[in-house]
Amino acid sequence: MEGISLEHFLIVSLLVFALGLYTVLTRKNAIGILMGIELILNAANINYIAFARYGGASIDGQVFAVFVIMLAAAEAAIGLAIVLGIYQNFDSIDVEATDSLRY
Amino acid sequence: MEITTVSYLRWIPLLPLLGAAVNGLGGSVIQRRFGKSAISAIAVTPVVLAFVLSCCAFLQLKGLEPEHRFLLDDVWRWIDIGTLKADVAFWVDPLSCVMILVITGIGGLIHIYSTGYMHEDEAYWRFFAYLNLFTFAMLTLVLGDSLLLMFVGWEGVGLCSFALIGFWWTEQINTTAGNKAFIVNRIGDFGFILGIFLIFWSLDAAGHGSVVFRDIQHHAVSLEGRTIWGLPVVVLATLFFFVGATGKSAQIPLYVWLPDAMQGPTPVSALIHAATMVTAGVYMIARLNFLFAMAPETLAVVAGIGAATAFFAATIGLVQNDIKRVLAYSTVSQLGYMFVAMGVGAYAAGVFHLVTHAFFKACLFLGSGSVIHGMSGEQDMRKMGGLKDKMPTTFWTFLVATLALTGTPLTSGFFSKDEILWKAFSSPHGNATLWIIGVCGAGMTACYMFRQVFMTFFGETRADHHVAHHIHESPRSMTMPLVILAIGSILVGYLGVPEFLGGGNRFEAWLEPVFASGHEMAAHASHDAGLEWTLMLISVVVAATGFLIAYVLYYRHAASPDAIADVAGGVPYRLLYNKYYVDEIYWAVVVRGTLLVSAICSWFDGAIVDGIVNGVAKLTVALSWLDGLFDNRVIDGLVNLIANRTYDLGSRMRRVQTGSINAYLYVIVGTVTIVLLARLF
Repeated sequence: MEGISLEHFLIVSLLVFALGLYTVLTRKNAIGILMGIELILNAANINYIAFARYGGASIDGQVFAVFVIMLAAAEAAIGLAIVLGIYQNFDSIDVEATDSLRY
Repeated sequence: MEITTVSYLRWIPLLPLLGAAVNGLGGSVIQRRFGKSAISAIAVTPVVLAFVLSCCAFLQLKGLEPEHRFLLDDVWRWIDIGTLKADVAFWVDPLSCVMILVITGIGGLIHIYSTGYMHEDEAYWRFFAYLNLFTFAMLTLVLGDSLLLMFVGWEGVGLCSFALIGFWWTEQINTTAGNKAFIVNRIGDFGFILGIFLIFWSLDAAGHGSVVFRDIQHHAVSLEGRTIWGLPVVVLATLFFFVGATGKSAQIPLYVWLPDAMQGPTPVSALIHAATMVTAGVYMIARLNFLFAMAPETLAVVAGIGAATAFFAATIGLVQNDIKRVLAYSTVSQLGYMFVAMGVGAYAAGVFHLVTHAFFKACLFLGSGSVIHGMSGEQDMRKMGGLKDKMPTTFWTFLVATLALTGTPLTSGFFSKDEILWKAFSSPHGNATLWIIGVCGAGMTACYMFRQVFMTFFGETRADHHVAHHIHESPRSMTMPLVILAIGSILVGYLGVPEFLGGGNRFEAWLEPVFASGHEMAAHASHDAGLEWTLMLISVVVAATGFLIAYVLYYRHAASPDAIADVAGGVPYRLLYNKYYVDEIYWAVVVRGTLLVSAICSWFDGAIVDGIVNGVAKLTVALSWLDGLFDNRVIDGLVNLIANRTYDLGSRMRRVQTGSINAYLYVIVGTVTIVLLARLF
């Protein structure tokens, strides 16, 4: 692990976050958006763990990362359930199609 | 004055009321289930029992000292408002004792007579219910110890009179007669009630407010000198009472209802319109004699009206052809004599005439009813004649009663009428004019009564063949009361034989405690036996002349009545035959006047009052329209303005909601970026 510093982790994390954000903003597919959110969450996880590893003695970062993973699992479950509901109502999982509450 | 309290007096009026209630409420069922004899038993028994109780009261009174003859039965407190206190309390003093004996005695006989007379009538039970109710009301009138209770009876007898005159209500003429009696009586009743108010109000002002007779008598002195609108209260109040008396007792100007009242069944005419109810006015004045004694002006009016009525009614009676109408005018005339007696302060003489008149007039009416019964309902004397042999009992009793009415010596009418005429002449309030009018009336009485007897019972029958074949004597239930009344017509007179004939006048002595004031007057009267004999002989001679005229005209036919009728172009005859056109005058003046005033009031109501109301309504509608305009335009406009502006704003704002999730996300990311950049710098 010599030669790999905190900055490398942050760069990777930044890239993952940027990819996730890009996915979320550009995808029309609801499942694709959910995937993008996963990327964003995991970018955050990388940050937590990197800061915890390089920052100090406490393991707060790791603990938070575990929570986030758990939360991501729950979020995926609920998100997929919503997507399923959307599909049943609109015969599509295109988020542009779900515009019934538009003005 | 000591008061003896007893508790059986209440049953005297209540028993007939009980009979009326049973027959009135369940009569139709009883008649269907048990027959007419059950109805008559229910109706007659209470009256007979009431007569027995009245006799008990009489005997108890007789056992007391003359000045303490006073029985009271206080049943319950009826009214207790401020100083106005009235009990339902029945009292008997010598005067009311005489009255209840007459009412229950003669009333009982007429009840018995009615069981025969009304036997064919379908509404038998209704008739007896009314008759009992009448007896109750009349007894309440007489026994009530206060003016208010007397007024209850006063109205009650009027109501029953109305109901019984119109008893055969399917004929319009009968119901019209009933209405007439009721309405004319109302006028008198109004006077009576004003008198009650005035007496109570004046006594109250003096601190002794009361409507109870003995209290009024006790405190009457406090009315002395009290005036209202410049008139002495006593005079005004007694005049009001007298107006009430003219209505009930058929005096000028309110006598017009009594002849029409003959439309009722004949026993009713006998009981109500001859023997009892019409004497209520006389009784009322006798009862309030202490007030009338304080108002000599009223007494003069009473005597004048009485004499005028006695005279004019007798003149009308001379030419009537209906057997009952002659008796009706005779009743009016005889009541006039009683009022003359009241007016000259000879109360005892007036009440004595009331009693004797009740006997012989009831007998005459029942006799005429018997004739009508035998003649199959015919009432026109021109179609009668020759009934003497076919209806002997009716004839003889009718003749005896006629002799009594015309004042033939040694009959009851002779003693009572002669007493009145003598008092009219000799009393301080009396004068020769009253006497002359009275004697003329007596002459005419003899004339029209014997005209009636001759036309009805003598000569050849003028009935058509069918009716003549049916003529028969009435059943025993009808002739028995006739006989009793005829005997009474003779004998009752001997209760009051004047002193100068050696009789001692027990009747007057009996009433003396009641008529203390009248007795004082009598004490002032001259006692010239020679003069009294002379006057008596004159009146007998005049009556005999009346008899002779009738004898010549209607028995011997020495001169044709038609020839007499044509004297002076027939004007006097037509005037009398049409009863001085009084009914027509009343119709033209009072009825038409009332209708005219009603028409004017109706116009005023329709045009002016309704106009004002409608104008106000229209104004309100106009104002409401303006108000509505303001509400719609201004108030609603403001509210709608705010609503519309809000709506517009909302319409614009909602464009933010594009429905594109990516767009939302862009906004979120952009916003977060801006916030973060802002934090950074």
